[in-house]
Amino acid sequence: MDIQINGKRTQVEPGTTLGGLVRMKNLDPAAVVVEHNLAIVPTRDWDQVNLQDNDVLEILRFVGGG
Amino acid sequence: MPETANQKDPLIIGGQTFDSRLLIGTGKYPSDDMIPRIIAASGSRIITVALRRVDFEADTDNVMQHIPGHMQLLPNTSGARNAEEAVRIARLARAIGCGNWVKIEAIPDNRNLLPDGHATLTATEILVKEGFVVLPYINADPVLARQLEDAGADAVMPLGAPIGTNRGLTTKEMLQIIIDEIKVPVVVDAGIGRPSQACEAMEMGADACLVNTAIASASDPVAMAGAFARAIRAGRQAWTAGLGSVRWQASASSPLTGFLYEQTGTP
Repeated sequence: MDIQINGKRTQVEPGTTLGGLVRMKNLDPAAVVVEHNLAIVPTRDWDQVNLQDNDVLEILRFVGGG
Repeated sequence: MPETANQKDPLIIGGQTFDSRLLIGTGKYPSDDMIPRIIAASGSRIITVALRRVDFEADTDNVMQHIPGHMQLLPNTSGARNAEEAVRIARLARAIGCGNWVKIEAIPDNRNLLPDGHATLTATEILVKEGFVVLPYINADPVLARQLEDAGADAVMPLGAPIGTNRGLTTKEMLQIIIDEIKVPVVVDAGIGRPSQACEAMEMGADACLVNTAIASASDPVAMAGAFARAIRAGRQAWTAGLGSVRWQASASSPLTGFLYEQTGTP
């Protein structure tokens, strides 16, 4: 199925959870924040979110800035 | 040699006490590895970061690994073009779990990077109600600064000149009105290019300065961080000491009597 991650169409296996996706992408859970269809998902709930076709994810982290 | 911080004259923002009046950024350094040395040389206790999408193509460094835990993190909402986006970014930044401070930036265009005062006020009203410690970045507009204070902002951050220009206190007269009229801390942000300009802002009575580009773009950023730290301490000390009055006519510093050539008792 197709989802959108950070503005880009991406294929993921059906049944993938948000937690599974984050682990697959080798992200440090403490360093990122995830917005799922415009709702912020607390880290502890990531494994409960089953991704659906056309879901929109924003995965962000802190970078240098002024 | 590290200088002792002034514990008796702390900066207080959002109920927290800081022994440095220099806020620093984390953007534009030649290498993020330098950030710990910048922090040490600046003596700063408050540091800004930005929030951006993870780039899955690039193996990017995590800026947070360079920021010691004792620093107060001040995420900005850069990239927000309006109040709605600023609020969204602020909520996302808080969800990472590094505190509830936010520097509101609501900037509609990337050419002049000037903040939208109305959007900033709207975002401030929302985020104050949600329990954020809110530091809005604004043009040097005394009326807006008052409105933000009334809305519950924990500080105001008027610009000296547009972001990244190193042009100094081009807004000096309006800054002085803000400093004189606003009770919450006034942090002069953006445009400060030289330590002498930061010193001048502090002599005027500003509570703090935020400096990023001027340090990051110096030939030796670590040395420049130290220069800014000393300039800001000097300016603050000058302000608390009370500057002497300015006058047009000369006023002798040495006695105008008892000169060598003076004759007494001449007929």
